[in-house]
Amino acid sequence: MTTLTMAKALNEGMRKAMEDDPKVLVMGEDVGKLGGVFRVTDGLQKDFGEQRVIDTPLAESGIIGTAIGLALRGYRPVCEIQFDGFVFPAADQIITQLAKMPMRSLGKLRLPVVVRIPCGGGIGAVEHHSESPETYFTHTAGLRVVTCSNPADAYAMIQQAIRCDDPVVFFEPKRRYWDKAEVDTSGAADWLPLDRARVVRPGADVTLLAYGPMVKTCLEVAAAAQEDGRSLEVVDLRSLNPLDLPAVVESVRRTGRCVVVHEAPVFNGYGAELAARITEECFYHLEAPVLRVGGPSTPYPPSRLEDHYLPDLDRVLDAVDRAFAF
Amino acid sequence: MTADASRGAQAPPELVQLLTPEGERVEHPDYDIDLTPEEIRGLYRDLVMVRRIDLEAVALQRQGELGLWASLLGQEAAQIGSGRALTDADMAFPTYREHGVAWCRGVDPVNLLGLFRGVNHGGWDPAEHNFHLYTIVIGSQTLHAVGYAMGIQRDGAVGEDGAASIVYFGDGATSQGDVNESFIWASVFNAPVVFFCQNNQWAISEPLEKQSRIPLYRRASGFGFPGVRVDGNDVFACLAVTRKALADARSGQGPVLIEAYTYRMGAHTTSDDPTRYRLADELEAWKLKDPIERVKAYLVRNRLADQAFFDGVDAEADELGKDVRRRCLQLPDPGPMEMFEHVYAEPHRLIEAERAEFAAYLAGFENEGVEG
Repeated sequence: MTTLTMAKALNEGMRKAMEDDPKVLVMGEDVGKLGGVFRVTDGLQKDFGEQRVIDTPLAESGIIGTAIGLALRGYRPVCEIQFDGFVFPAADQIITQLAKMPMRSLGKLRLPVVVRIPCGGGIGAVEHHSESPETYFTHTAGLRVVTCSNPADAYAMIQQAIRCDDPVVFFEPKRRYWDKAEVDTSGAADWLPLDRARVVRPGADVTLLAYGPMVKTCLEVAAAAQEDGRSLEVVDLRSLNPLDLPAVVESVRRTGRCVVVHEAPVFNGYGAELAARITEECFYHLEAPVLRVGGPSTPYPPSRLEDHYLPDLDRVLDAVDRAFAF
Repeated sequence: MTADASRGAQAPPELVQLLTPEGERVEHPDYDIDLTPEEIRGLYRDLVMVRRIDLEAVALQRQGELGLWASLLGQEAAQIGSGRALTDADMAFPTYREHGVAWCRGVDPVNLLGLFRGVNHGGWDPAEHNFHLYTIVIGSQTLHAVGYAMGIQRDGAVGEDGAASIVYFGDGATSQGDVNESFIWASVFNAPVVFFCQNNQWAISEPLEKQSRIPLYRRASGFGFPGVRVDGNDVFACLAVTRKALADARSGQGPVLIEAYTYRMGAHTTSDDPTRYRLADELEAWKLKDPIERVKAYLVRNRLADQAFFDGVDAEADELGKDVRRRCLQLPDPGPMEMFEHVYAEPHRLIEAERAEFAAYLAGFENEGVEG
């Protein structure tokens, strides 16, 4: 066991993947000498060379489009999109080509491309650096969408994503990059499959469903609620497409109440899909409607306002109170 | 508002031509080609065959057997010339109109028709033919070709016996961001890729002046690599220019842009009506530059083929047309469950659940049939 930040865990995970498979490449803006603006690729170009860690021109569509071509030649590119709000120039290549080409080829072509995207707010950034665009991609058939919430998962999940023969959009909650935890770097024996959710805190009264940056927030909520005698279960979804629906259903049927928490706007957010699925699968077990906590239907605000925009302990506790009030 | 043509004015464009529309062989200082009579007859046969496939496909669409067809009429020489310049190791990335290149790569024409009939989105194995699937969104494939070429570099397959990729796109596509990004990437990484732009003068209804103020081949110089305009209706010149560009790319000299100056003699697709936006005179002028007639004239003029040869090729083309038609009509419709196949390489819970749900739904109708 080693203590690593999430950024370092991702770095170590990519390093391991590159050691294991010479076809793994890392590409993106500033990923080489600089090591990425968040230093997630730090040292990789020094150790693996410019042929395998590629500083690209500043063109996101070019990053994904050429990654597709490299994958067609047998490579496994790991692309870094510098910030969440910069992914949209690449949206056409991701949605129209990366997601659809395997089916277009009747399965003859496989595109093992990972698209890493630092996501979410909470770091006091300027516009376009704090967004949560996950549902644009979960809505696109052909992609897998996952997100890590802690260093141990980051280390394992990035390697699983790289090994996966499907394209994977990999969201990294940037405000958790510097959180530290113990990481077992000895092997893959204990890894949960990439498409499984994890109960990170068991509880009996309410299920909190979260992913990425909001898992830590929900754990703080559960700890606070404990003092009021309420037992909250926290489920880290980890994989958004596919969703580990059996894990969600099992939890909500047990607790009878569910609050979904994400940074993205509530309207048409990932919570909408969860609420609908839970209603279909857990109707007779529910003590209250599924409640959602997330951002308002506004563009991400200036950073002096982001504490109001982002779900926090009080807003989630307020939703828990409402769930109990039914 | 129209652009002031005097701003940024340059010398008039140069065109590489080795065979005139009248079938006369001409010299070019930078490009030459030495073809045996058999090779020339082979090129003629290719041109006739792909035009016949195209004619049959248009007819099939008119009869309701295809949902759509994008005709290559007029662009045969650009496609056969460049297609025959490829080695087995080279990789081609087409648009949706490269039926002639597909022919050169050994793709069964019926597979092309399958896409337009709607039985699949692409029924051939790209690796088997080194001919990628058709790309319908304009220009996207240029980046794929550059990425593939970067893979060739990383495989150490540049140099003697090296490989290259070639990517096809049209004049309209040159306005796309992806095409411009692909030029930048190819340039800075010195990728072994040939950009083959078929300038057929029309992007559906938009003439070239809606895309560019300068000849397209000159765009390359701004990106830092050579560009050349070739007579796209001259199969000799297209073959010679593409051979040279591919050889340069394979040997590590980097990308080349070829602008094949040609004309889309038909509609953009079978859904289009060119009489709304262009004059019949223009088509008549281009008919005099027909890519097949000039090769025929050359063969006749030089006594390299007799009437029996031409009759034989025509008969073979008719047989091909009939065969393509027959097998197109026999293409089986996919079963409803096939839409769940191939979306993901690895098991995917949502797809599996929806597949099971849909199968159960369909099975319900079968039971109804039995009971009713």
